[in-house]
Amino acid sequence: MDWTAFLLSVKLAAWTIVLLLPLAVIIARHLAWRRYGGKAFVEAALALPLVLPPTVLGYYLLVGLGRASPLGKLYEGLFGTPLVFTFEGLLVASIIFNLPFAVQPMQRAFESISSEVRDAAACCGMAPLRILWRIELPLAWPGIMTAFVLVFAHTIGEFGVVLMVGGSIPGETRTAAIAIYDRVQAFDNAAAGAMSALLLVISLIAIAIANLATSKAGRRRG
Amino acid sequence: MVEVSKDLNVHLAQEAPIPLDAHISCAPGEVLALVGPSGSGKSTILRAIAGLNHIASGHISCNGDVWYDTEANINISTRHRRVGYVFQSYALFPHLSALANIIEALGARPAGEREARARELLELVRLGGLEERYPSELSGGQQQRVAVARALARDPVVLLLDEPFSAVDRATRQRLHLELGQLRSQLRMPVILVTHDLEEAAQLSDRMSILHRGQILQDGAPYEIMSHPASRAVARLIDLKNIFRARVSGQQPAKNITALEWDGITLEAGYHGEFAVGDLVDWVVPSGSVILHRRRGPSRGVRENPVRGIIKNMVRLGEMESVTIKVEGQSEHPLFMAIPAHAAVRNALAPGENIGVSLRGEDIHLMAPNEVDDLA
Repeated sequence: MDWTAFLLSVKLAAWTIVLLLPLAVIIARHLAWRRYGGKAFVEAALALPLVLPPTVLGYYLLVGLGRASPLGKLYEGLFGTPLVFTFEGLLVASIIFNLPFAVQPMQRAFESISSEVRDAAACCGMAPLRILWRIELPLAWPGIMTAFVLVFAHTIGEFGVVLMVGGSIPGETRTAAIAIYDRVQAFDNAAAGAMSALLLVISLIAIAIANLATSKAGRRRG
Repeated sequence: MVEVSKDLNVHLAQEAPIPLDAHISCAPGEVLALVGPSGSGKSTILRAIAGLNHIASGHISCNGDVWYDTEANINISTRHRRVGYVFQSYALFPHLSALANIIEALGARPAGEREARARELLELVRLGGLEERYPSELSGGQQQRVAVARALARDPVVLLLDEPFSAVDRATRQRLHLELGQLRSQLRMPVILVTHDLEEAAQLSDRMSILHRGQILQDGAPYEIMSHPASRAVARLIDLKNIFRARVSGQQPAKNITALEWDGITLEAGYHGEFAVGDLVDWVVPSGSVILHRRRGPSRGVRENPVRGIIKNMVRLGEMESVTIKVEGQSEHPLFMAIPAHAAVRNALAPGENIGVSLRGEDIHLMAPNEVDDLA
């Protein structure tokens, strides 16, 4: 049982959720309520990680974040270390490949809030941040919980992109999914089985918690 | 220097998406009904007052404050306009209780006072005891009352009602009309009611503006508009069915009579001095002012504008019977008569029967003719 890899996976999932969910709320609200030319293109670009093979996505991320890329150079200039093959690089990749899993459920949820309800909030004299906090987020809650679970499960389970961008550096970029693969390659089936079972249980619990939270919110609204 | 007025003053003009060129004003305590068919721009005007729509050109001021002025580049945001808005669908916050819905609109008050004030408002709309109910647990009429209480919560300087009675059943609507009528005495701000229901507008408003394609065709007291429409277009919008064209054939101010020549039939209307002999006019008569002659034995008033015709059709509408009459010698569209259903039975009216009716002269209203029927 590789606890280091397991904790690294949980850490990656947690940081991805902390950074991605607020960003996804902004993008999802924008896509749900704004009409403009080129919106279909933006939506298609955001959905790309759903259809691209993980190795292809991983390759482009590797090139895009690598030491020769502008982003890689900027990061190395600021922090003195390269972005790829580090936990931070893995986090950036994780945020990008999880974008559609976070944005799409939230976009559907924000779309389901009627424009009259938002207008009514403005007519009540509520400030935009208060409308977001008291009206929009509670009403979009089921979509946000779905995004939470999808991002968590997807981060824990992602293999191809993580291997391409992070390699398999113990304690830095070797996540549980990669550790399981390593264990199987080393014929250590017992460790692979234990880690797989643990991931299975955690995923199940995450989905159950999300379902419980959304059904409670739904019951209250009738 | 802007003239300080407590009135709501609105002037809006645009070409698209809904053409508008309308000027409305409403005094504190006054209820103005904007009446017109779908797409006439009435909801667009209401939303513009609240700052929810942007109109290409216009000026909106209320209670001495300018909210919108395209020339001066002023556009105060919705939340700073202090409007009370009751939406057609009520737009209650579905995840908040009735009490919490109202508290959200009380943000301008100290936190400690909000709940007590919200309870007061629920009492005002007779919903005491239902504070903790969610909107899904309230009936349509109760939801509407929460919406009214929420709209009043921020002490608005103008109250905007967007077809607030259209989503409830008839009995509830009548009860809510009554309640709004009672609530009115406590409202000190201009109230704009948008509706396509004439009866509702006439019942609840002090003044009506008839809106068509973004333009106000007539503005005045409900009774004044109903009895004296300014044009054929207004007459049709307020559902007057008997609209005909005739020529003025005589003027007798001393007898209070203006005589009309209507395709060979001479009619005597109340005196309309604004027309000269020989003028072409449009005239209307309410279907309730078409009086049936008793079929057995003489009845009073048979000499007043008698007209004979054949019943083409009869439709029972509740207690009333709507009778369509093909007038003898007239090729124009038929004459409509509304009489109590029992009178139709007693007189054995039936399609194909030949009957005589009188048109009440004092109820015949003359209008300058529209060369083009702009509703066509």
